[in-house]
Amino acid sequence: MSSEHAAAEHTHPGPKTYAKIAVILTLVTAIEVWVFYIEAMQPVLVPVLIVLSAVKFSLVAMYYMHLKFDHPIFNRWLIGGLALSFAVFIALLALFTFAHPIMRA
Amino acid sequence: MSDAHGHHYTSLGVDNRKLGMWLLIASECLLFGSLIGTYMIMRNKGLSGPTPQEVLDIPVTTISTFVLLMSSFSIVLALNAIQHGKIASFRRWILATALGGLIFLGFQTYEFTIFVHEGLGLSTNVFGTSFFMLTGTHGTHVAVGVIWLLSLYFASVRGRLTEDAALKVDTMALYWHFVDVIWIIIFTVVYLFVFV
Repeated sequence: MSSEHAAAEHTHPGPKTYAKIAVILTLVTAIEVWVFYIEAMQPVLVPVLIVLSAVKFSLVAMYYMHLKFDHPIFNRWLIGGLALSFAVFIALLALFTFAHPIMRA
Repeated sequence: MSDAHGHHYTSLGVDNRKLGMWLLIASECLLFGSLIGTYMIMRNKGLSGPTPQEVLDIPVTTISTFVLLMSSFSIVLALNAIQHGKIASFRRWILATALGGLIFLGFQTYEFTIFVHEGLGLSTNVFGTSFFMLTGTHGTHVAVGVIWLLSLYFASVRGRLTEDAALKVDTMALYWHFVDVIWIIIFTVVYLFVFV
């Protein structure tokens, strides 16, 4: 076992913390579905759902993938990948929504 | 760089297999980013039905989402068990995780079957093509994960999961959590944004 890995194991949270995160993830998923069915929430549905899914994503990444406790280089890899992915996503949307005459039709 | 025991370190002091898994995850972000972007553009561009509003089943997918989230919980418990040398507990949780993955795949197969019966195939319209490409690619990742989980279980049963066992499980768990977080995005974008 590498020294880094052995050190990281000691700083990882225990089953109680993992269980708390699981409960929060379940509650946030329930809220997402609840919000989806509430008529009054429709005008703000997109930002609310984006925030809720970002909360779930962050909790899994920080606690289950141990980004909060492991070497910061892993954090940078994920943020780099996500940033590139988001750039591709925006470029695709922009290309086909505003630029491409066939897709605009 | 490697030491006398054959462990492989990078100059950062982290194991290169774990760093490699993070590199894979970063590149997979690009793959799924492209597929999600394509789905967002194409989903309402179909010249014929069925449309997403007609076929997507939120309650069923909520259950499968819950199952996948809980499988992320069970694999961290498996990792915790192997880190503390609790082999029996590790085997239980790794099997529970594989079962969660199989249940998720069962839900996905059920959903795909219903869609085909309702007239939505891979080449019916651009919604069908982009939907099956996105969710099918994710499902393939889950299937690979289930095979990997079961291989770890059987390696443990046969006594072959000895050297660097915790690191091997940690690397697998990273892959499994990534599959989970990608589904968190897919669930929101594909299913909950259906009327947006």
